[in-house]
Amino acid sequence: MKGSIIIVSFFVVGVLLGRFVDIPNLLTAEEPTLYALYALMFLVGISIGSDKKALEALKHQNFKIILVPLATIIGTLAGSALISLVISGKSLTDCLAVGSGFGYYSLSTIFITQYKGAELGTIALVSNILRELIALLAAPLLARYFGKLAPISVGGATTADTTLPIITKFCGKEFVIISIVHGILIDLSVPFLVTFFCTV
Amino acid sequence: MIIVISLMVCGIILGYAFKERNLKFVQKLINYAIFLLLFLLGITVGANGDVMNNLHSIGSDALLITLAAVAGSVLCAWGVYRFFFMTTK
Repeated sequence: MKGSIIIVSFFVVGVLLGRFVDIPNLLTAEEPTLYALYALMFLVGISIGSDKKALEALKHQNFKIILVPLATIIGTLAGSALISLVISGKSLTDCLAVGSGFGYYSLSTIFITQYKGAELGTIALVSNILRELIALLAAPLLARYFGKLAPISVGGATTADTTLPIITKFCGKEFVIISIVHGILIDLSVPFLVTFFCTV
Repeated sequence: MIIVISLMVCGIILGYAFKERNLKFVQKLINYAIFLLLFLLGITVGANGDVMNNLHSIGSDALLITLAAVAGSVLCAWGVYRFFFMTTK
């Protein structure tokens, strides 16, 4: 809990700074975030490689690993379909297309803006950023109350990169391989599902 | 993403090679890197006028879809965890 609050405060301070202070372009550019991510992944690699339990987990993987991305896709689509009944002015396929971003906001926003216009594109951007934020901020709570796969499933397409460190921290290193495989498979599904729901 | 994964593979090989050494400082560095990443992500979100100004009008739809999608994933992931993963522990 303490870890999560510290993380949230770093984020909130960042938002306030970005909103109210004239931040040099250097900090809002993609590069610093990218390099921080690279450093993080390298460090996470070291901590996995030096962990003897992680190797054991890798040996015991089997077909079950495929169930995790399946659960993510089925759950996300079911939830998005249900909520389309509540949201006025948005069709079933609109909601399914936004949901199929799985947190991959850059790609899904581009696709949806192209096929469905800027409004739904912006909704996709905000929705998928929110999904990534929820995955980052709620990971400890999700892992505690809904099992170690819940943060991975919520992380969607981001579990092979941005949310991997946080998943490693709160789910344990034995879930790292699952998280990476999940992230890669969901990543691959995004362009297919988004274009499918935009064109049907 | 290829760069990210290759960096991690390099880390894993290094970590494996030095696994008998004391690597506790790595965990500390990971925490600092997470803080930095979230801070930078916050700045990007705060400085993005499109995201901040449209949050009121477009935000509610986006929030509803996200919450529904997240709730669905959590339920399915919980089911898969209970029936397929808990026994392996």
